[in-house]
Amino acid sequence: MTEVATLTPDPVRAPGLPAKLRDAETLSEHIVEVISDSGEGAQRCGQSLGAIAARTGNGIWTTEIIPAEIQPPARSVAGASGIRIRIGTKKVTNGGDETDLVVAFNEQVLIGRVRAGELKPGAQILLESMWREHRDPKIVASYVETVDSLKKAGFRVYEVPLERECHKLVADPRKGKNMFVLGMLCNLYSLDPRLGHEQVALTFGKKDPKVIKVNQGLLEAGYAWAEQNLDFKYRIPAVRSTEPQIVVNGNTALALGVLASGMDICAMYPITPATSVSHYLSDVFERVGGIVHQAEDEIAACAFAIGASYAGKCAVTVTSGPGYSLKQEGIGLAVMAEIPLVVVNVQRGGPSTGQPTKVEQGDLLTAIYGSHGDAPKVVLAVSGIEDCFYSMITARKIAETFNTVVVVLSDASLSTAQQPFPRPQFDADWLAPPLDQTPVPDRAKPYDWDPVTGMIHRFVPGQPNGMHTLTGLAHDRGSKVAYDPEINEEGLRNRSLKIAALQKTLRTPPVFGDPEGDLLIVGWGSTKGAIEEAVEKMRAEGLKVSSLHLTFIQPMPSGIREILQRFRQVVTIEANWADDLEDELIDQDNRRYAALAMMLRSRFLVDIDCWTQTRGQPIKPSEIVRFARAKLATPTA
Amino acid sequence: MTLPVTQCLIKLHEAHHNLEDYQGGVPRWCTGCGDNSILAAVQRLCRDENLAPERTVFVSGIGCSSRFPHYMKTYGFHGIHGRAFPIAQGVKMARPDLEVFVNTGDGDCCSIGTAHWIHALRYNTNLTVILHDNHVYGLTKKQASPTSPRGLKSNTTPRGSTMEAMNPLTVSLGVTNASFIAQAVDWIPELLFDVIQKAYHHRGFSFVRVIQRCPEFLPKMFEPWLHDPGRTLLLSHPNGLTISPELSRTYTNQIEHDPSNLDRAREIASSEDPIPVGILYHNPAVPCYDDLRAVSPMRTSEQIRAGLESELDKVTVWPDDDAPARRVA
Repeated sequence: MTEVATLTPDPVRAPGLPAKLRDAETLSEHIVEVISDSGEGAQRCGQSLGAIAARTGNGIWTTEIIPAEIQPPARSVAGASGIRIRIGTKKVTNGGDETDLVVAFNEQVLIGRVRAGELKPGAQILLESMWREHRDPKIVASYVETVDSLKKAGFRVYEVPLERECHKLVADPRKGKNMFVLGMLCNLYSLDPRLGHEQVALTFGKKDPKVIKVNQGLLEAGYAWAEQNLDFKYRIPAVRSTEPQIVVNGNTALALGVLASGMDICAMYPITPATSVSHYLSDVFERVGGIVHQAEDEIAACAFAIGASYAGKCAVTVTSGPGYSLKQEGIGLAVMAEIPLVVVNVQRGGPSTGQPTKVEQGDLLTAIYGSHGDAPKVVLAVSGIEDCFYSMITARKIAETFNTVVVVLSDASLSTAQQPFPRPQFDADWLAPPLDQTPVPDRAKPYDWDPVTGMIHRFVPGQPNGMHTLTGLAHDRGSKVAYDPEINEEGLRNRSLKIAALQKTLRTPPVFGDPEGDLLIVGWGSTKGAIEEAVEKMRAEGLKVSSLHLTFIQPMPSGIREILQRFRQVVTIEANWADDLEDELIDQDNRRYAALAMMLRSRFLVDIDCWTQTRGQPIKPSEIVRFARAKLATPTA
Repeated sequence: MTLPVTQCLIKLHEAHHNLEDYQGGVPRWCTGCGDNSILAAVQRLCRDENLAPERTVFVSGIGCSSRFPHYMKTYGFHGIHGRAFPIAQGVKMARPDLEVFVNTGDGDCCSIGTAHWIHALRYNTNLTVILHDNHVYGLTKKQASPTSPRGLKSNTTPRGSTMEAMNPLTVSLGVTNASFIAQAVDWIPELLFDVIQKAYHHRGFSFVRVIQRCPEFLPKMFEPWLHDPGRTLLLSHPNGLTISPELSRTYTNQIEHDPSNLDRAREIASSEDPIPVGILYHNPAVPCYDDLRAVSPMRTSEQIRAGLESELDKVTVWPDDDAPARRVA
């Protein structure tokens, strides 16, 4: 085996590049996909590629392609499991448009991607070629036919003997192909194979050193194979950050945020796509004195978190749509009794079981209005991976300051997406103050609602002289059950006032682009990167388009009305359902608007339109551009 | 026993409590309701054990019995229907220093909260639990509950309920990790207190089912047992209850039952008539969830910082090219 360090020097920094490298075509960005049957390691390959590119200094965004089943049938269109990595020179804020280059382990998983329109016209396809010699003639026929039709459709197909090459190094090439492909991709994108070596060591860090060695061998072989056999090569110039960056996905960032917020307890019940938050926490949390409680169900997880919070340790419960529905009564209790609580909803397609692994922003109104009666709570939405981290610190702080429920909305696309962000610098202020066990002053009441802010000083068990029974029934300042009409209204008023008190502390979100123009796109959550990229593109073309992205949706900061008024048209772009006025039965009187559009229309009395997509895929910048151009071309009433 | 001087001083400063220190508002239960007997027994327990009211929490769900915390002068959490167990577990897990009790009813525990009840037994969190079992829904005005006898006429079963009653004791004794299962009746206050006291002293999930009367909706239900002491079976054992001679004069139907004998406990628990009273099962060796998994009381900001930094190290891209290689090594 050739010594890996001599294979190629650092493409960015070494002056004497070999001839082939100098021929590498320079790109500003590329989208590459690795797809396989479930269990063949395409995701691990792609995550490693993303990490290597990030360490090189490239901007990256990874998007996982996840089948709904654990072991879907091999070689099936629906079973495609994989990952898409968008690599750029600049910071990458979203998954982008269609794929430029795909590595596929069989032709069936590829067909699904082609049918879904996920490949660019003329995209390069590197396809495992062993199926051409398969002993089952049906498979051979399917393979040959697919390759021919792909070529006819204009795709550039390269047949690669992945397993045959891997077999030279390992007995079971099915398990090693992914690292061979990683080596190939390192070569094709002129990435330093030394970083590849290190990444393999990190990826298999918990395993036997022999396993690391074998996989590094596969990486080298892939690198060498591509060098010798493929006639193209790319280079995406990297700008190395001057400060340390961390590369994690959204769920890991949420988990790190829980750790950094000083919360002690995370109570959860397994649910896709939220579970990996607790996987990560279960691994690391207890080493610093916290616990992850896997409850018997979603309701119990919420109740457990409420119990812990009541006792003085603000807790978090992490879930997704169906679990969020089940927690509603508990959330109402926390609102009524004014117990701090952080609830994370990593949204997925709904209603009911819906699309567990797919993205949707369908839970906004449930988050705001959920639980019966008037149950005011704080709702904020994360719009990127970095947000996931800091949201937990913010949420814990708001929950404890205002003794309220804070709902943090993430979604399936952020859960597995990776994007580098500056390494957080720990601040002791992130943590909760120590448990207050001082005696309560005489005549103090547990619900001493401040006449202006509605805020209370909560008494925590252990505080002498503070004994009272907290209740979900209507209660007076002393926490005594009360049915008087005035007392009921007093409680409702004060619980609502707290939300206004928080609202007074919020800053107006910045407008992306000019503060006035023809079209304002308003978004929330994971669509931020795609919307801003689209806006940037349209502005470069001279269109007067700007965007506004909301983090706090309940309460909504001041100043938004003024922003909306400075644009000729306003539209929300959301990944949830909205009726289409083109449908025969749909008109202005019965149209069901997208969630945020409805919120903005009712609050600001502005005729705001919406454009939504519920295909379970992240919204692409090109789709936003297409819609916005059409919108601008339509005369407004 | 001798105590060091400092401990003696601490003891001197420890408050001693009387019954009034635990008596909250005037109970609004019906006259003759079994809940009153349970309240009296629990207040006596708190006084005898000298529990600090500020370090004691009563958690309940919804129903007549779940009003209980309002009548204690301790901390209380009157929660939502069926969810007292997970709330209490959360309290105990966050604050192992608190004494946590749960009051629940036959609707709260054996119907809407059944999943939590089964799992609470398995978690074996250190809680003292009293199931106020009056065999009927009271607060919602007379509907059949899971423990209502077959044939009970109620507002939802006007022609008589069709199913056999659930037996909370046999259910509990069937759950892995069950560690303390006992039964008392509201009409023998002496044993009600003894059983609750034994439950309190058990470290783990102590489950006490109290069969109690509902004078409003099932006034005659337990009359046959009240009139015939022979239909109550007292369980005695050196590791269980000791029956006083006075009580033995009335309740002659007694057996010795070793609470460590699970099979025998299940057998006794299966009997609805006579009603067994005493400690059915006790296994102090079952580990408690809160012991296995408690939040570290010594959690410091330095510890959290160190934990976070070491996690961030694993995923950091350093500006210096050689740094990651060093870190990996």
